[in-house]
Amino acid sequence: MSASLTLVIVMAVMYAAGVYVMLERSLTRVLIGFLLVGNATNLLIFIMSGRPGSSPIVNGASVTDMVDPIPQVLMLTAIVINFGITALLLALIYRSWWLAQLGDEGDTLTDEHATESADEADGAFRSSSDDDDAIAESLDEFERGDGATSDEDTVSSTADAAGRAGASARAASKKPQGDAR
Amino acid sequence: MTALVPLIVCLPLLGAAVALMLGQRRRLQVLVSVLSLAAATVMSAVLLVLVDRFGTVVVQVGGWEAPWGIVLVIDRLSAIMLLISALMLLGVLLFAVGQGIVDGDTEAPVSIFHPTYLVLAAGLFNAFVAGDLFTMYVGFEMLLSASYVLLTLGGTGARIRVGITYIVVSLVSSLLFLSAIALIYGATGTVTLALIAERMPDLPADIQLILGLLLLIAFGVKAAVFPMSFWLPDSYPTAPAPVTAVFAGLLTKVGVYAILRTQTLFFPDNQFSMPLMIVAGLTLLVGILGALAQADIKRLLSFTLVSHIGYMLFGVAIGTPLAIAATIFYVVHHITVQTTLFLAAGLIDRVGGTTSLSRLGGLLKSSPLVAILFFLGALNLGGIPPFSGFLGKIALFQAGTIVGDPIIYVLISVGALTSLLTLYALARAWNMAFWRPKKQVKDYTSSMSASLVEDPQDEGIVLKKTVSPLMVGTTTSMLVLTLGLTVFAGPIFDLATRAAANISSPSTYIDSVFPNGTGSIADSNVGTNFEGDSK
Repeated sequence: MSASLTLVIVMAVMYAAGVYVMLERSLTRVLIGFLLVGNATNLLIFIMSGRPGSSPIVNGASVTDMVDPIPQVLMLTAIVINFGITALLLALIYRSWWLAQLGDEGDTLTDEHATESADEADGAFRSSSDDDDAIAESLDEFERGDGATSDEDTVSSTADAAGRAGASARAASKKPQGDAR
Repeated sequence: MTALVPLIVCLPLLGAAVALMLGQRRRLQVLVSVLSLAAATVMSAVLLVLVDRFGTVVVQVGGWEAPWGIVLVIDRLSAIMLLISALMLLGVLLFAVGQGIVDGDTEAPVSIFHPTYLVLAAGLFNAFVAGDLFTMYVGFEMLLSASYVLLTLGGTGARIRVGITYIVVSLVSSLLFLSAIALIYGATGTVTLALIAERMPDLPADIQLILGLLLLIAFGVKAAVFPMSFWLPDSYPTAPAPVTAVFAGLLTKVGVYAILRTQTLFFPDNQFSMPLMIVAGLTLLVGILGALAQADIKRLLSFTLVSHIGYMLFGVAIGTPLAIAATIFYVVHHITVQTTLFLAAGLIDRVGGTTSLSRLGGLLKSSPLVAILFFLGALNLGGIPPFSGFLGKIALFQAGTIVGDPIIYVLISVGALTSLLTLYALARAWNMAFWRPKKQVKDYTSSMSASLVEDPQDEGIVLKKTVSPLMVGTTTSMLVLTLGLTVFAGPIFDLATRAAANISSPSTYIDSVFPNGTGSIADSNVGTNFEGDSK
């Protein structure tokens, strides 16, 4: 039996790399490893169809020159199966990431803005941006008008504000959906 | 008659499609899945009778003759496996329906259960009727993909965690199987079982060794044979009770079936007898020692499941027709009794609120029927006369003594020891859960329970749930079925003997697939093979 050396080398490298990556702890890497090993196996099936360069099955070619079609059929089926399994694995990885981030209570978090209509949401957004403007204005006034206050105070109050903003940002990121503010 | 063969695979698949469309209308969905599995059961019973009477049925799918097309072959072994798995699937489905009714339909784990379950059934049937390796691989993949979904039903943290272990292990074994198919194709130029069986003996011994070992490892992972069995006790008990029952009963046995089929067909000289013996002995011992340390009934049963796979491997390793017959009988016995025991464990979980032995007690008084169900199942699994477990083991040991190698005697003593230890583990479980009064549960000390290890995922909750008559009824009828195996052991063993006669020499199988001989095929085969290089 003759086979293309390039294909054999590519297959070997893919097997080696795939097994190596599959042994990692990260699930995404396990998935990549599975894809590599799966495709290496497909290549192995392909190599089994024999000498490269034979003609496909078309009318007019002589039977002796035709390539063996069965490995191609097996490969196609295997590719489809791998594709489906990959989709399932991706869903599982996403789910496991979700559980790792939020725990089981991630499922029970409700979207507190789900009942709002678009107008209400718009209004809420506008009023909050109005608030932001007002705060910025009063801060400016405070800096301009009350220059006598020591610098430390100003610094600590901005740090406080920053801390609060950070906290609320974290809270917002905890919510899976909705809340764009 | 030949139409029944593809139909038994197609019908559950069609049922799955209809059930998926009926996702919103639960009653109809239940009706569809119960009806399609009931029809599959009837069809497999008819097939078994026909095959037993008139011999092997061969179907060339789409009119493409083997070895170019897909060929489905049902001999007695396939028919027996079909019937017993269809019965188990139907029983477990009824149990699941009963559980769904009790839990309230809105809470039952989503409408995806029924379609997936039917796909699992179709995959199982497909693996049993396959006449070529690749169709068998497709059947394996169908049932495995369905099992991935069933194991992670609901997507809770614990299930996802064990589910990923299970999936990655299964994927590796599937890829090994696929590589084995590719290499076998390269070596013999075909994937049809019958043709491989004919060409395999002509290959050089080293190539045979590589191919055989690859197949054994791939199927060994699925059958949970000792070095590759670590994944099973962690993953199975986490799933819902009916899912665990069907996994425990059937999924590992598909692996055993594949080992039985390929070993008898491809390697009739039984080259792998010695490694199989060693692995079988280790599986028996390591499995049962694991079971002794478990405080959780489901984990305990999972370890006995791993352990008893060793008996079937032992039978394959002996390889005489009598041993093969005993193996087939043991497979049937083990499928029914394990499924029943896992369903009984599901009932214990509901009436006792937990499956941990350290918190169960006094169940004999509160639910005597469950106590009887578990007791009879446990005696049967432990191999107490006159139950079928005893008969199967005796047949295996007898087949072993006829051959009479020294290692076989070692294996027989290991098997007897395993049987006693199984009895010990299950009797202790029964004592603690049922016999021990409820008020003794607190501050209970006993040298027998000192070594028990809790399930790592056990959260110590006791949550009792009601049991529907349908659940108890199904479990009872499954138990009656296992007792039926005892009562009708004679005729069933005769059937197993005829099935073994079918497969213990490959020529019978080859002749039924190629009634006109294989001479014309070898010349016109386009595929390349190793024959040219292996001068």
